[in-house]
Amino acid sequence: MADHLQAQVAGSQRLFRVVVYGLLVVLALYYLMPLFVMVSTSVKTLEDIRGGNLIALPAQISFAAWTKAWSGACTGVDCSGLRGNFWNSVSFVVPAVLISTLIGALNGYVLTMWRFRGSDAIFTLLMIGCFIPFQVVLLPMAQTLGVLGIANSTPGLVFVHVVYGLAFTTLFFRNFYVSVPDELAKAARIDGAGFFRIFWRIILPLSPPIIVVCVIWQFTQIWNDFLFGVVFSSGERQPITVALNNLVNTSTGVKEYNVDMAAAIIAALPTLFVYVVAGKYFVRGLTAGAVKG
Amino acid sequence: MQSSASAPGGAGASAVPPRRSLADAIERALPRIVLGPTLLVSLVFVYGFILWTGWLSFTESRMLPRYEIAGLVQYISLFGNDRWWVAVRNLGVFGALFIFVCMAFGLLMAILLDQRIRAEGFLRSIYLYPMALSFIVTGTAWKWILNPGLGFERVVQQLGFGSFTFDWLVNPSMSIYTVVIAGAWQSSGFVMALFLAGLRGIDESIVKAAQVDGASTPRIYWSIIVPSLRPVFFSAFIILAHIAIKSFDLVMALTGGGPGFSSDLPATFMYAFGFTRNQVGLGAASAMMMMMTVAAVVVPLMYSELRSQRRG
Amino acid sequence: MKQSMTRITVTALTLATTLTFSNFLRAGEVEVLHWWTSGGEAKSVAELKKILEANGHKWKDFAVAGGGGENAMTVLKSRVVSGKPPTAAQVKGPSIQEWGREGVLTNLDDVAKGANWDGLLPAVVSNVMKYQGHYVAVPVNVHRVNWMWVNPEVFKKAGAKIPTTWEEFAVAADKIHKAGFIAVAHGGQPWQDATVFESVALGVGGADWYNRAFVNLDASALNSPTMEKSFATLRTVQMAIDKDAANRDWNLATAMVINGKAAMQFMGDWAKGEFTAAGKSPGKDYICMPAPGTKGAFTFNIDSFIMFEQKGADAKGAQRALASAIMEPQFQEVFNLNKGSIPARTGMSMAKFDQCAKDSSAEFESSAKSKKLVPSWAHGMAMPASVQGAMFDVVTQFMNSSMTPKAAAEKMAAAAKSK
Repeated sequence: MADHLQAQVAGSQRLFRVVVYGLLVVLALYYLMPLFVMVSTSVKTLEDIRGGNLIALPAQISFAAWTKAWSGACTGVDCSGLRGNFWNSVSFVVPAVLISTLIGALNGYVLTMWRFRGSDAIFTLLMIGCFIPFQVVLLPMAQTLGVLGIANSTPGLVFVHVVYGLAFTTLFFRNFYVSVPDELAKAARIDGAGFFRIFWRIILPLSPPIIVVCVIWQFTQIWNDFLFGVVFSSGERQPITVALNNLVNTSTGVKEYNVDMAAAIIAALPTLFVYVVAGKYFVRGLTAGAVKG
Repeated sequence: MQSSASAPGGAGASAVPPRRSLADAIERALPRIVLGPTLLVSLVFVYGFILWTGWLSFTESRMLPRYEIAGLVQYISLFGNDRWWVAVRNLGVFGALFIFVCMAFGLLMAILLDQRIRAEGFLRSIYLYPMALSFIVTGTAWKWILNPGLGFERVVQQLGFGSFTFDWLVNPSMSIYTVVIAGAWQSSGFVMALFLAGLRGIDESIVKAAQVDGASTPRIYWSIIVPSLRPVFFSAFIILAHIAIKSFDLVMALTGGGPGFSSDLPATFMYAFGFTRNQVGLGAASAMMMMMTVAAVVVPLMYSELRSQRRG
Repeated sequence: MKQSMTRITVTALTLATTLTFSNFLRAGEVEVLHWWTSGGEAKSVAELKKILEANGHKWKDFAVAGGGGENAMTVLKSRVVSGKPPTAAQVKGPSIQEWGREGVLTNLDDVAKGANWDGLLPAVVSNVMKYQGHYVAVPVNVHRVNWMWVNPEVFKKAGAKIPTTWEEFAVAADKIHKAGFIAVAHGGQPWQDATVFESVALGVGGADWYNRAFVNLDASALNSPTMEKSFATLRTVQMAIDKDAANRDWNLATAMVINGKAAMQFMGDWAKGEFTAAGKSPGKDYICMPAPGTKGAFTFNIDSFIMFEQKGADAKGAQRALASAIMEPQFQEVFNLNKGSIPARTGMSMAKFDQCAKDSSAEFESSAKSKKLVPSWAHGMAMPASVQGAMFDVVTQFMNSSMTPKAAAEKMAAAAKSK
């Protein structure tokens, strides 16, 4: 009798596991399908694409589209592919991510451990501000950057990304630091440590999980941004998203879909890499408290 | 918590008082000094620009901004514009569905992955990677998959189901739902990560106590686990609402606002009228309407949530 | 005394001469905003770059693709507002006058008089390039929009006659449909809907009515029986389009004609590039014909560069060099050979161009004389952007709903009032 019951329980558990795995696999297909389409199209030849349907496997595999996307496709008069723009993106993404993360950390630190009258109101103000659609700020920002003399330059673009990234970085760090016990800072202050000392010596060493989250988020947002990149840069300094758009969007020319797909994947590689490799740390960082409170 | 920085050292009074109080004053002001630039930036580059946009919405700006006030003419024109109302309705439909689907999928996947699955890391990467792609890439890929003649419909038909149709992409009344499909694909992985982190942070002892008391697993989930994820729901809602409102690249790449303008959203409306059609005044009015709606929904929510967090 | 006087005079003269010619001798930089980023188009722009660099100037490319110029216009406005406009930007049609009104364009009359632009361009064209009588823009090419691209094989197999009127079209489309082919290849995007509609309207109403309605925005011409008839005809065209046309790119529609799946496409002459790339030859594998009812009429779409007021002698000199280089026969020929259009400059030898381009060129000159040369409103040549956008909305809504031709005509008249 007990055996029978045990077998029943074991059976229902197994059924449960099957259902769970089944659902996970079906969901995984939904997520993988577009990637499959992109990759398979990028290795097909143009005749294959023109003749066949887009979900079919390639008749023959060719990497010519990839080489062309990297170093031969036209993104304007320049036909040297995405290579140069890749480094352009790096040149402003890295400073913008670092600066916005640092300022966000300091802000989060102030908002949780050095609260003053009105600091919560400031935080709310900052949060509501993050809903502003970016199209709205294009013209006034262009005018402001012109006045400041940094229009149409890399520092200008870094400035814009930092300004509009502050709300999120502050949110991440504040939510994280809220769960750091007050006693740590209090004890340090009694020992004579000042504002920055406490930050560098005590708070920052506790922060790697949230720093990872923040960097990943900012990197993805800024690397994938198109609107600011196209309006506030020009010519050889254009980021890779703008070059990709130029490559893919031809108004009256012949479209090469395999090159387009290869280029889209190249443009997405850094962020994909970050997510796949650092994904584990991303979840760990979120667990450590980015979303509590 | 008080903001005072206590004076270094204790009762020893041999240091020069004026210098100490200057250092004190700076130390006390530091939090404000540190937060200051961010506040300034937010006031100028966010609220200042909103005011600027508001000003423009009362002018007759066409191609470039003009600053002479002309009354409510742009708003009257906006409310009489069919396309605007389609965009507003779409935002409601898309926003609600997008947030709901992402939350549901995210929660489901998090719960499933939390069951001590083999290859959890691998599966998690699969659900999370779409977030790494830009919306332009997402829109382009899904445009093809959803294309009736070339994509999903054709594949299923070739598998033998000859009468299968899935032409939402080209159907004016269904096109907005395709934006939900592509958008949910992109963002639900991130929500999953949020919920997974939240689940991992739940106190095991409460769950164990409930299990000892004989509660069934669904009951435990419903009454204990899901409620304790409330802060995660809040964060996820804020992030998803923010993505939904700013959805511009995705719509442009996937449907172009079409067929016709049936999948237009306020963000694409504002861009089209403000920049392409040389009607900056009208674009500004639509932006103001958009932001006011957002404020009406988000501000009370944030306020009540932050309040309860402070108390709780 | 005399020696030093001579020396001073010589120095002064040299200085004067150098300064006078310095505009033309010193190398400047030109920054040109455009959205020609595909292979064929990019090659065309590269020609201009080569000519300028041969004259010692530097070319700073500024390409922003997307939506036929939407992104580029956003970027342009931002640059102008920030106080650093580019040297030149790809702007066409009435938008040229709108930019002129902002007071940021430069005056090209000195270059124009020197090279006799007034004599080389038809009045219809040169008027668009001027603001208040002064040249502010240079035309690069002339596209003809009222073409119909035909696959003769499909017509033969269906036993249908290639239509020259819209009545014949309805008959032919029916036969083709019965034979199992798609009659009209089309992509359901607003600009394509409008492109087809404007050819229909021109064929139904004629050039005079077209000008009154779409250039003068005359309400009695817009909300008229002719307009209703145009929309009714558009319905018959719509019946001939396959159900998967929504949001299809124009070149995929052309591919349907190339592959023999569809019989015809209503598209501008850039479609020719697709046929050429697929190795097809005109007259044999495909035929280019004016859209039904539009024989002898020419709907033009002219790409042009507007020139912004620049600071500094270098920049100004380079800009002048750019403007004159664009109108030179050498550039006009190479650019248009690559792009599938015809030169804006009249009186050029068309020997290197193919038959469709030759026909186009001949019709361009003859239609100018017979007053049947009309601007393409679907491509921004006839009306301000706000009105064009509103009319796009009407046409595309008509195609995607059961709107009646009468309601559509009323909406067109209302759209003309858009500001």
